[in-house]
Amino acid sequence: MLNKIPEQIRRLSVVLAVVIAAVAIARYVVLPSSLIDTRFHRESTVQREVAKNIQFAGASVCAACHAEQAGKNRVGYHKTVSCEACHGPARAHTEDPSIKPTKPKTREFCVFCHGYDASRPTGFPQINPVLHNPLKSCATCHNPHDPVPPEVPRECSACHAQIANIKTVSPHALIGCTSCHSVPAKHKVTPRSVRPTKPQARDFCGQCHAKESERKDAPKIDLPTHGGRFLCWDCHYPHRPERI
Amino acid sequence: MSEELTQKLSELLREVTGFIYPNEVEIHWSILIVVYPYITGLVAGAFILASLVQVFNVREVQPTYRLSLLTALAFLLIAPLPLLLHLGHPERAYEIFLTPQLGSAMAVFGFVYLWYLMAVLLLEIWFEYRQNLVVWSRQEKPPMSWLHAALSLFSRDISERAVEFDHKAIRVITVIGIPSAFLLHGYVGFIFGSVKANPWWSSVLMPVVFLMSAIVSGIALVIFLYMVLTPLRGAQIDMKCLDKIASYLFYAVIVDFTLEGLDFIHRLYESEESIKILSTLVTDKLFISLWVIQILLGMLIPLAIMVAVKSLKFNDELRKLFYFVSVIMIQLGIFATRWNVVIGGQLFSKSFRGLTIYKMDVAGVEGLIVALGLLILPFIVLAILLKILPPWEATEAREGAVR
Amino acid sequence: MKIMNRRKFLKKAILFIPAVGVLRRLVGDAHGKATAEGYDPANHLYGMGIDIDKCIGCGLCIDACKNENNVPKEPFFCRTWVERYVIKKDGSVVVESIETGKEKGRQKTNEADILRSFFVPKLCNQCENPPCVQVCPVGATFATEDGVVLVDSKRCIGCRYCIQACPYGARYLHPETRTADKCTFCYHRIVKGLLPACVEVCPTQARIFGDLKSMASRLVRFKRTKRIHVLKPHLNTEPKVYYASLDGEVR
Repeated sequence: MLNKIPEQIRRLSVVLAVVIAAVAIARYVVLPSSLIDTRFHRESTVQREVAKNIQFAGASVCAACHAEQAGKNRVGYHKTVSCEACHGPARAHTEDPSIKPTKPKTREFCVFCHGYDASRPTGFPQINPVLHNPLKSCATCHNPHDPVPPEVPRECSACHAQIANIKTVSPHALIGCTSCHSVPAKHKVTPRSVRPTKPQARDFCGQCHAKESERKDAPKIDLPTHGGRFLCWDCHYPHRPERI
Repeated sequence: MSEELTQKLSELLREVTGFIYPNEVEIHWSILIVVYPYITGLVAGAFILASLVQVFNVREVQPTYRLSLLTALAFLLIAPLPLLLHLGHPERAYEIFLTPQLGSAMAVFGFVYLWYLMAVLLLEIWFEYRQNLVVWSRQEKPPMSWLHAALSLFSRDISERAVEFDHKAIRVITVIGIPSAFLLHGYVGFIFGSVKANPWWSSVLMPVVFLMSAIVSGIALVIFLYMVLTPLRGAQIDMKCLDKIASYLFYAVIVDFTLEGLDFIHRLYESEESIKILSTLVTDKLFISLWVIQILLGMLIPLAIMVAVKSLKFNDELRKLFYFVSVIMIQLGIFATRWNVVIGGQLFSKSFRGLTIYKMDVAGVEGLIVALGLLILPFIVLAILLKILPPWEATEAREGAVR
Repeated sequence: MKIMNRRKFLKKAILFIPAVGVLRRLVGDAHGKATAEGYDPANHLYGMGIDIDKCIGCGLCIDACKNENNVPKEPFFCRTWVERYVIKKDGSVVVESIETGKEKGRQKTNEADILRSFFVPKLCNQCENPPCVQVCPVGATFATEDGVVLVDSKRCIGCRYCIQACPYGARYLHPETRTADKCTFCYHRIVKGLLPACVEVCPTQARIFGDLKSMASRLVRFKRTKRIHVLKPHLNTEPKVYYASLDGEVR
């Protein structure tokens, strides 16, 4: 019976059987199931991940001891700024108060956020660190936990640096902010709740740019026909109108 | 972190043009990953050449049949080495067998490799050599006789019926082997072709192009080996055989060239989001390796040479010279093909806004010396295999019988 | 013949048995509770919102991330980074990854040439359909039930296929562990109710972290009120990092 099978097949099947048996034994007997169990690997990865050290304690933990600063911070302009954004990771400090978190004192630190940069969103308070009270520490005028302008700013550019910057190179450079915006005094103290006015109608620009205007140095248009039903600032950016 | 790496990356950063994501400064798949598909390509190509004898009964190619099989085996044995050396944790490589993530093209590597090695190549070689092994083990002195007896699995039956069975078995294995060889290298192409994040790689044509270039490089390698080894052992090169293989090589190069051209035109015509950065890539970073080495030296000139050989009647010596030169150029070209795919695909940022550069290490695990070593190693393995399993005698005997 | 094979087999078996013990010890301690007490990952699905209009490019998030997660300080290894886009009037686009530290890359383009400019924070998108998980040959990277893609640094073989497969460049090879590393949304923090470090320190709340399964989360509110876009949607990775006011130039 066995002799009818060619010799080659018999020999190869022995080899095959040995290989299969070795693999099967290795797989099912020798190797611990945990080495092959993907679920086990995943669980232990999650465990390891969860056990990692925390560096940043989180603002609510800070508030538990530093109620005064936290209270101030919560209502001021820095309300969105978490304690550890400036003071650095403070988890170690929560466990051993003798380990002090950092306290940035140099101007460079505030400038990370408040230095003027054209890529920053309009309206974000920015200064030019070279021109803005050089060599003075920021904290002498601004309390970092509740930053407000130390005195009512004289110039609009103190806060609206981006617009001011753009305006200096525009044909409107010599037109003062208050020529177009009337600014309530309170705007300088609570800038977001009391806003300056903005021009409402085409006629406002027409004072200089309408054909009939007496102003010599402004480009003239025919107000009733120019631009149809659109407002002037739909196409022209008033702080920096394109040169013609 | 090592100073050295920081230094290296800072140097690279200075040469980055445009914008790349910060994590993209370092090229992750280095020269070793260029060597890997190059070697597997040689395996697949050599095997397919060997299969011609069995499946399509191309008698002329018979003298290279055994040589092709042994070449395939020698390169296959080395193929996983570059992969292994390149891993961040080579000692964990066994995991690919323990917990293969079957959704991954790479996880299948271990299985495709084993299947091809065990079920196809070793079996076919065993059946092909069994009769010789039995005879040798009887004629020789120990220890060679022991080795040959063991390799024959101590088989004894060399009756006509048994030998006939060997031939039948070989034919069956070859029929399974051809798709397996396609699988082996097509799958290497798939590893690259399935990366949708990378427009230079992501293409359905990738496995097919890989396969055709594999066939080209495999055939060219066997021609090279045949032309070097035959005079070395004092025998005559069979010109009928050489002409036949060379004409297969010619057709393979044409198909390969067409496919790559199709891929190129397709990209150019579709002109997707990535076209700008890819054109900078091919005209700047890959100019030498793609246009000069891969296309001109690796394809057009060998094609021209072979057209000339086919149309003009050169004498044997001149033909040999031409074949030899074009075979070496083709080898160079296919290596450049692998380089352009693997390295080229990592030179541009996935933001499509910039290019980084690849500076090959010389020493070090992923360096030039190791890569050269890995390219030489298969030839040493082949030399050993040729010692243990001399491919010539039987071939010539059988040839005599045919004549 | 057969006896010989049996003998071989027995020999192998004898060699294997002591190996069993070693292997078992290597694998070490048994299963345990996966996460913090009372935390059930099935009840959560995390995501992040990014409000580009609010990002000021201060780079605090990058520093915080490196600090919290043991990411190498060099700028070549980032779990999160911030890109500055400058679209010029001539249509050309200049992008750079801002550097942290003192030399916080001041923009160099002449202001008069800028058409528009903004910052874009980037990080792992924690995709629903993550290509990195698909390609990992050993299953060392995977998505947790609460939607975070993690890497098992004890099993990652360092083949870097995942780095190739990630369309966002969010992965890197950690030079110390030689394994792939990426953003985990600070998994060790979020399961304990803390915010990811980058979100904690973001001074303008340009990063919003939250639970997509809780209708009252800040993230869900963000998704309800903003026009949302994700990065490279055509690749069908289904990111869980949602951008508001995303510019078309961002890739």
